[in-house]
Amino acid sequence: MSVFSVNKNNFHSAETSEKLVLLDFYADWCGPCRMVSPFIDEIAEENPQYFVGKINVDQEPELAQTFGVSSIPMLVVMKHGKIVLQSSGAKSKAEILAMLEE
Amino acid sequence: MNHIYDMIIIGGGPAGYTAALYAARAGLDTVLIERLAAGGQMTLTGTIDNYPGFEEGIDGFTLGMKMQQSARRFGAKTVYAEATAVDFSEKVKKISTSGEHFLGKTVVISTGADPRELGLPNEKALTGKGIHYCSHCDGGFYRDKSVIVVGGGNSAAADALYLSRLAAKVCIVHRRDTLRASKVYQEPLEKAGNIRFVWNSTVSDLIADEKVTGVKIRNRITDCVTSVNCDGLFISIGRRPASGFLSGHVKLDPDGYIAADESTRTSIPGVYAAGDIRTKALRQIVTAVSDGAVAVHYAEEYLAENP
Repeated sequence: MSVFSVNKNNFHSAETSEKLVLLDFYADWCGPCRMVSPFIDEIAEENPQYFVGKINVDQEPELAQTFGVSSIPMLVVMKHGKIVLQSSGAKSKAEILAMLEE
Repeated sequence: MNHIYDMIIIGGGPAGYTAALYAARAGLDTVLIERLAAGGQMTLTGTIDNYPGFEEGIDGFTLGMKMQQSARRFGAKTVYAEATAVDFSEKVKKISTSGEHFLGKTVVISTGADPRELGLPNEKALTGKGIHYCSHCDGGFYRDKSVIVVGGGNSAAADALYLSRLAAKVCIVHRRDTLRASKVYQEPLEKAGNIRFVWNSTVSDLIADEKVTGVKIRNRITDCVTSVNCDGLFISIGRRPASGFLSGHVKLDPDGYIAADESTRTSIPGVYAAGDIRTKALRQIVTAVSDGAVAVHYAEEYLAENP
């Protein structure tokens, strides 16, 4: 599965997904976000059991605010619309997968 | 497992990828082990103006990618893993990651440094919730708000200037009575208009509910503690060398940097320290790339004598 580009209009599909959801809040100008970005792509490709989405905080300030994002990259793991885990800062692919497996 | 590389490089910042470029270009069988992605600390910087060749400046992430591609062009490969242990007791050196072992005749350590923390009890829990170490990444969330910058060096000055263009108010808390930052920052800091200084002071406590709402600041001379409200705190009090996994295997200086002179040679023959991880006077991208080239020069000399 490829990464889902999440915005406020389609956010309900992440919220209502039966799958475990991984959301990556990012911005194009943020170096650590760009470090993490290819890992998110790979995780999405390799793990169809997860719903993986990216949210551009510049384009989606309302979603960023809803999640209280004040540091990026911020990764959120969500299940049935509820936040299970959230963590900011660059992470390795193994660390991100560990968040999902927790 | 049985493959023996000519050179193993640990850490993919400017020092590491310059070593990789020089080594691969010289025909050495080279692998670079990187925990996250190319660039290292550079990726925390918005625009880099003091790396020559980019007249408009360049962002740190792009420069890191370019350095990686330069090395890749000559066959240097990158493995994404975290080096967790080293064994330098034999002539063939062993580097372990969580899943694998790598064997090499020479090793370049270029693991750089991480931002230093204040060391306050709830600091970790509040990271990303008002505590920040990357003004360029997170400054945008403090538009028209009030922030505190802790520190007095060049990074702190650059952070304060950057934040002063976004935030309503910036307060610099510094433990001394003058900034260590170079002169180029002084005038812009004074001209900004919304930056105030609290001298001779340290942050002694974080006040927070869900997020940071303020700090307690202790004056080091009077011992007076005052509470100051703020929305965010940007910590820029220097770096901590990423040398934890090396302790006992190579000589470190009292601050944890690898003891090595300008030759980059460490206490272990065939092991070199390049970039911010090394004891040195000036930690800059240009001095890091210089170390990378020097390390390969001495590694080639070592390999000629120890085939």
